[in-house]
Amino acid sequence: MPSSKYKTMHKSTTWLLAALLIAALLPFSLVAQDKTGEERGLDIAVEADRRDYGFDDFSAGLTMILRNKHGEETERYMRVRTLEQESDGDKSLIIFDNPGDVKGTAFLFFTHKEESDDQWLYLPALKRVKRIASSNKSGPFVGSEFAYEDLTSQEVEKYTYRYIQNEPFDGRDHFVIERDPVDPKSGYTKQMVWIDNQEYRVWKITFYDRKESHLKTLVFEDYNQYLDQYWRADQLSMLNHQTGKSTVLRWTDYQFRNEFKERDFNRNSLSKAR
Amino acid sequence: MITRRSNINIAGGIVRSLLLGVFVALFTVHDGYAGEITDVVEVESRLFPQTRLDNRQHGNNLSLGIEFEYFHDWQDGDQRFVLMPYFRLDQGDGNRTHLDIRELYWRKSFDSADLYIGIRKVFWGVTETLHLIDIVNQTDLVEILDTEDKLGQPMVNLTLIRDWGTLDLFLLPYFRERLFPGIAGRLRPFVSVATGQTVYESDAEQFRPDFAVRWSHIVGDFDLGVGHFYGTSREPRLMPAINLTGPPVLIPHYDLLNQASLDLQYFRGDWLWKMEGVFRDGIEGRSAAAVGGFEYTIVGLLGSDYNLGIVTEYQFDNRGGPFVPIGNNDLATGARLTFNDVQDTDLLAFMVQDMENQTRFASIEANRRLSGNREVTLEARFFMNTAVNTPLRSLRRDDYFQVMFTQFF
Repeated sequence: MPSSKYKTMHKSTTWLLAALLIAALLPFSLVAQDKTGEERGLDIAVEADRRDYGFDDFSAGLTMILRNKHGEETERYMRVRTLEQESDGDKSLIIFDNPGDVKGTAFLFFTHKEESDDQWLYLPALKRVKRIASSNKSGPFVGSEFAYEDLTSQEVEKYTYRYIQNEPFDGRDHFVIERDPVDPKSGYTKQMVWIDNQEYRVWKITFYDRKESHLKTLVFEDYNQYLDQYWRADQLSMLNHQTGKSTVLRWTDYQFRNEFKERDFNRNSLSKAR
Repeated sequence: MITRRSNINIAGGIVRSLLLGVFVALFTVHDGYAGEITDVVEVESRLFPQTRLDNRQHGNNLSLGIEFEYFHDWQDGDQRFVLMPYFRLDQGDGNRTHLDIRELYWRKSFDSADLYIGIRKVFWGVTETLHLIDIVNQTDLVEILDTEDKLGQPMVNLTLIRDWGTLDLFLLPYFRERLFPGIAGRLRPFVSVATGQTVYESDAEQFRPDFAVRWSHIVGDFDLGVGHFYGTSREPRLMPAINLTGPPVLIPHYDLLNQASLDLQYFRGDWLWKMEGVFRDGIEGRSAAAVGGFEYTIVGLLGSDYNLGIVTEYQFDNRGGPFVPIGNNDLATGARLTFNDVQDTDLLAFMVQDMENQTRFASIEANRRLSGNREVTLEARFFMNTAVNTPLRSLRRDDYFQVMFTQFF
């Protein structure tokens, strides 16, 4: 029996030594966290997406304040309706109320997880629904500092992710993740996103253009929780560092679960939108 | 059959419709869901640099347009009432001074269907340089040459929205005559159009009901539409005639027409491929016409915020007759520059070139918002190398520059 005991002890020691050797040879990060930065980044994005799932639909008013570098302001008013999709990107309808020349103009967006989004525009004077080229995503939305791709629904599949670090500010701790757009038509090479680790709300995004220089910063303020689950920021401020221009979005009258139907989000409903 | 249009009756009809509209409006404001009034006033100044072809025609011209729109939604938006009269007051051309009810309808929405009763404007089509299949409404040619301004069309329209596509059924109980510029107007045939002597193929004249149907669907990257129209043609044949009392005139003949149409749009990244085609069968026999081409968009031109859209379309039409039809064998090329600025500035330039007789038409248009509710539009149109056997020959001295200010209330 003693021999067998010795044998067992010897075996465990060998395993311990082997384990220590492997650990020493492996990169430190792997041992410390089990997961790669890419996996952690994706996990955070998936968790944020999961927490926002199930809102069904919402409608809201949107005031857009455009400021040029001299501080002169121009305002636009629009209304937004969004219908959540179970297995694809959301569908959204944006209807303009002001300025007068675009009143009644409406956009319909079908965001997709994998392929390019579908976009239509309704021109009330001609009663015409026009399809818009999908590469338009990198262009400015109605002269603002927001590109189309900043406003359409942020599907997990549209980016690849990498966790960078944790960073506290304003009394919260945040994950800082880098996300790189998958679509080569995107106007960005990368975005850095600050997400708080309690509620998984986005507080800040920095955008890097195709030359990888810092183009814009988006700051989220005044979060409210709806239906005891879904967080929405009342104010989004986008600053363009290269032009000095900025755009503020003010959301009002958020209403969830309006029982919108698929039929409220097609070309026919686009032409009826008021 | 020769009929004389009674202006008094038409005016009376409009006044009656207006009164009816006001009454309906007053009585539908019960459970006030959403109701709104919009006014648009535009002041247009046209400069004709060339000497007129006919000394009865006016020179430089001022014009005022007013559009009023009232709409009211109730039953959670499932019912809507719309009233939209339009009025133009023109300095030089009495025919351009006109009142039209662009829209006056009631809509009821069901689960997967919409029913419209009243006067409406409906657009069919996908192409940019010619609107071949767009046949529901009559063109308001006194407004602008591009056939995009339409007269209100009385209709009963049922739209069915199903998994297999959208089906639109139209009953069009009353026919609207095309409006043409008067003797004093520019941009008209050299021989003036005698709208008072209009001829219809149908004995019921304007009261012969027309029928139209269109199915449209999105299939993958294709937008597809198939339509058919049976009724009085929106486009008249203009037949020369001698009057005993005066100079020769052109008499509009409105024939019965069967027109089948197809429209197709294929969509791939920055490219939109578009085509429209029609087969016509009427008093003049059978003919076919098509227009097709592409729209290519460059987003962020040379690293700027500008978008540049390039449009090229080929137009074909094999109709016979004394004049070569517009778009018989023409190549249209153009570009739209969108500035994507706060003022929504854009610039559109295009040229249509006849491949056989070298007739050329060019247009430049620019748009910019001046303030929150004011907009300025600059427009220039040129008619070049006009061949003798084309309708554009009459317009060879009608190149014009236009400034238009629009105020929205």
